[in-house]
Amino acid sequence: MADIDITSQTMDGMGPHGTKVGLLRVLGPAHVWALGVGIVLVGEYMGWNFAVGKGGAYAALIACWVAGILYTCVAMIDSEVTSTVAAAGGQYTQAKHIVGPLMAFNVGLYLVFAYTMLEAANAITAGYLFSVVATMTGYEGTLDQRPFIILVIMFLAWLNYRGVLATLTFNLVITAIAFVAILVLFLSTSGIVGDGIMQHAALFEGHELPYGWIGVLAAMHFGLWYYLGIEGTTQAAEEVRSPARALPFGTLAGIMTLLIAATLTWYICSGVLPWEYLGDGVNGAVAPLFSTAQLAGSTGLVWLLGFGTLFATLASANGCINDASRAWFAMGRDKYLPGWFGAVHPRYRTPYRSIIFLVPIALIFALGAPLDQVITFSILSGLLEYTFMPLNIILFRKKWPMGSIKRGYEHPFHPLPAIALLAICATTFFAVFLGYGTQLVAMIGFYIVVSLWFHFWRYRFVNRGAQFTMPWPKPQGY
Amino acid sequence: METWNLLEYAAWGVSALLGLYMVIDWLKVDSTYSEEVLTSSREGELEALTEEHKG
Repeated sequence: MADIDITSQTMDGMGPHGTKVGLLRVLGPAHVWALGVGIVLVGEYMGWNFAVGKGGAYAALIACWVAGILYTCVAMIDSEVTSTVAAAGGQYTQAKHIVGPLMAFNVGLYLVFAYTMLEAANAITAGYLFSVVATMTGYEGTLDQRPFIILVIMFLAWLNYRGVLATLTFNLVITAIAFVAILVLFLSTSGIVGDGIMQHAALFEGHELPYGWIGVLAAMHFGLWYYLGIEGTTQAAEEVRSPARALPFGTLAGIMTLLIAATLTWYICSGVLPWEYLGDGVNGAVAPLFSTAQLAGSTGLVWLLGFGTLFATLASANGCINDASRAWFAMGRDKYLPGWFGAVHPRYRTPYRSIIFLVPIALIFALGAPLDQVITFSILSGLLEYTFMPLNIILFRKKWPMGSIKRGYEHPFHPLPAIALLAICATTFFAVFLGYGTQLVAMIGFYIVVSLWFHFWRYRFVNRGAQFTMPWPKPQGY
Repeated sequence: METWNLLEYAAWGVSALLGLYMVIDWLKVDSTYSEEVLTSSREGELEALTEEHKG
């Protein structure tokens, strides 16, 4: 084994199993951070505030922190498993190794749908932002948003096609700007620098929990929005230089960044905007951080948060293309889907067929489906994926106990994070059922149908032995 | 014609060019390399080797 250097620039990806062209190992922890935070940060700029509409400002804060616990569990569990199962496909590959083919097929589809729908939602949002900028700059007509929606998807797909290093370096820069914009807004409006404009006491008086504790429960659905997508860091596993260090470091730094960003966002917006306005993400505060910047009375802040909103949207769509294509590619490589999708570009070292294949699908949803339905499908697919994670880590620890296999990171307090994650997922399913029961049932029906198709037809094509190429010991009990 | 109308046309045009670039490159790659080479990627040894090569 010693003559195989997976960090080599010239022989990259070439392993002992006949790999002639593989994905390129060029990423570091900062890229992993940019991938995870980049996908999520748009949720701070817009979307989370629907939680305020469901149960008031305090309910949104409770949802922010409870969802924060959920995602901290997700980040810890993911960091441990993926630092060991360090291959493209992320949770799909984890499921393949730890649970079994049917689970892996389902998880792979959850990933592709969650990310492709989120990409479409981001492109719709970017189109809307362009129309806002047009209005702000004095354009009097109605801007056709379609060319801008298509441009966002095509440009980011092209960037992804051309190489992962440029793609995630781009994400690193725009995500960092979007995060710094939130910090600057906090410093400028809280009174730390200059005069503060916060009115928490006055705005909250008499509206602490307008719909009681059921409102808090209902707010949980949108509480996910603060962090949805951080688990996407695992898709970079086959392209980081050192999976055992970069993945846990990037993922855990990412969730810490998001906990700070989410809490600051809540504090800034709830201290300036009345809850009725803040909670109405359609006719009220569409982009609450931007609305707060407008009220702060500084042109510089308005531009900074305007760019922050656009950059967060682009970073999210960019990360989603990266992640959906890796999941689709990994499923193709194992023949869970046609093996044609498992191709790697010999020059750019990207899963180019998967990237191209998912472009028209994203375009169809971005141009033809309503935003709230697209987002709901994305959230529900994500939630199903989170429900799989606690089962995954419990089986992982049981089959490969500590010491039996090298782990890049060992998460503390097992099985408490798994149990907490399972409990919070159950609560969130109930919260989603309250608002989107029909969609939830329809989606579960969809996954049952495709599972039957996989079991009775597709499984015969799967590379049953060849799909497991990691040098792992046999699981305990087998 | 206003600037934003021109930007609309520019967005259509750039999108088409980017799409065309990807499709042409895809067809070129598929016709240049064999399917066996393009789909030869396998998930491989990872951490153990990275650690070995640190020293």
